[in-house]
Amino acid sequence: MSALTLTLKSPLAQRLDVSSLTFDHLKDLDIAAIKTKLLPLGNRSIPLQELFSVEGQDPSEIVFRGKTHKLDKIGHGMTSGLILIEGDAGSYLGMHMKGGEIRVKGSIDAYGACEMRNGLILIEGDAGDFLGAALPGNKKGMAGGMVHVKGSIGARAGDHMRRGALIVDGDTGDYLGARMTAGTIVVLGRTGRYLGFAMGRGTLLLAQPPQEIPPTFEDCGTHTLGFIPLLLKSFEVLNSPLPQMAERMKRVRRYTGDACGLGKGEILVAAT
Amino acid sequence: MIKNGVTIDQTFAEAFPMRATRIIITAQNAKWALIAATAMTGFATSVIACGCEAGIEREMAPEETPDGRPGVAVLLFAMGGKTLAKQVETRAGQCVLTAPTTALFSGLHDGDPIALGKNLRFFGDGYQISKKIGGRRYWRVPVMDGEFLTEETTGMVSAIGGGNFLILAESQSQALAACEAAIEAMRKIPHVIMPFPGGVVRSGSKVGSKYKALNASTNDAFCPTLKGQTQTELSPEIESVMEIVIDGLTQEDIQKAMRVGIEAVCALGAPAGIRRISAGNYGGKLGPFLFHLQEIMA
Repeated sequence: MSALTLTLKSPLAQRLDVSSLTFDHLKDLDIAAIKTKLLPLGNRSIPLQELFSVEGQDPSEIVFRGKTHKLDKIGHGMTSGLILIEGDAGSYLGMHMKGGEIRVKGSIDAYGACEMRNGLILIEGDAGDFLGAALPGNKKGMAGGMVHVKGSIGARAGDHMRRGALIVDGDTGDYLGARMTAGTIVVLGRTGRYLGFAMGRGTLLLAQPPQEIPPTFEDCGTHTLGFIPLLLKSFEVLNSPLPQMAERMKRVRRYTGDACGLGKGEILVAAT
Repeated sequence: MIKNGVTIDQTFAEAFPMRATRIIITAQNAKWALIAATAMTGFATSVIACGCEAGIEREMAPEETPDGRPGVAVLLFAMGGKTLAKQVETRAGQCVLTAPTTALFSGLHDGDPIALGKNLRFFGDGYQISKKIGGRRYWRVPVMDGEFLTEETTGMVSAIGGGNFLILAESQSQALAACEAAIEAMRKIPHVIMPFPGGVVRSGSKVGSKYKALNASTNDAFCPTLKGQTQTELSPEIESVMEIVIDGLTQEDIQKAMRVGIEAVCALGAPAGIRRISAGNYGGKLGPFLFHLQEIMA
């Protein structure tokens, strides 16, 4: 069976919640039932076939095509399967995701991978604010899995993050790793201000020196840390230069903080 | 069966079930990985009094180890899971955590998980850091030379201990030379260790003793100085007997190790003073695994 391919017939005027278009929701439906599945669009419910042209039958691999930038909650809570977005994606991509894989050819909006539990998200473009964060008011952000962004990301990535790894090849916005409880964020590009704000635990591993180290972080000196090659080697599944940078990145300057909080987080800056 | 003038007895080695794990120790260089591994496998010749049987399985190249540094694979065997877990933890804490530049990884991910660094992490006094990498949990424990990196658990599997064969020679030096040749060949076989000093036992035992406090005592039937005093198994020309004991993860591993070991002994053969190969068994009372010498060498 070929992948279930959903092509938007025309650009959307408003946002569309596609959280029900995952393998978990579609695996027991035949193609006719999938075509008539109701999707919430504003205050209406519209059959899928009115919005998308449908090709293929295998819901374990779902492809979104067309002007997909207003599709929200792609892969919401999914436990298995593959979702491929051939353009941009909307907000809340991979929210509450528990397994499987999402690949985005373009960029995504805010709250990507928010409260994600497991699985893999690959984004070839950029990501908006609150990547891997908790929803507003919640205190548990991303708690597992891996997200790789080849472009840059917005502010407050990893806010309240608890576990898992965010890997960013490009630059980041402000408040990276704010209020982080645990987990790892690796950044190859530049970082914004207020790095690790109120960070309790967790690791920010930076390939480039940040524009400033917050005054509430203490300098612990330069060290060669054995876990870094192991960590970077685990990124071999990604199309990232990190595994090849293990030798350079394993020697780091270590800053711990945020002293305003628990203070057991760390910013590791590759020693040049 | 006779090979190169060496008689292979129609008998069997008797082995028993054990629980085992493999651990990988890495360090800045092979020297320090080996020092840590040697310390960890010290005083681990026999479960009779050491708590576990342990040995170095092989040295590992940097590209084979989890952190890309030179390493050593160690196998540990014990009679039960709880004993093995205790031995692994104690030895890791006293011999690897303490050794400069080392890191500790699981070498077996099958079977039941037992603690490796799970409790050693508390040495970090709250400064330890957990990292989950590739689905496995690791602990970074701050120590005076930097950081001690350890995997949280290792896998414990069912295994076999007590595979053995005896080398009967015309002199002590000839018996030892044959043992050395056998051990050199057997160390190339994966999944096995020969836990005794240098891989060789000169004090093979029988079950029981005239002294009630002892469970085992000297194997008098194979003691050359008792040939005239006891129900001996030795012919007049035999002056020395040595034993090689093998612990392995599977029956096949032990069979393979016994075969290459006996082949190495037979290659020296009668011209080197080797007269017989036999094996230690207790009439089937000790364990369910029987390794028939002639079947292995067929």
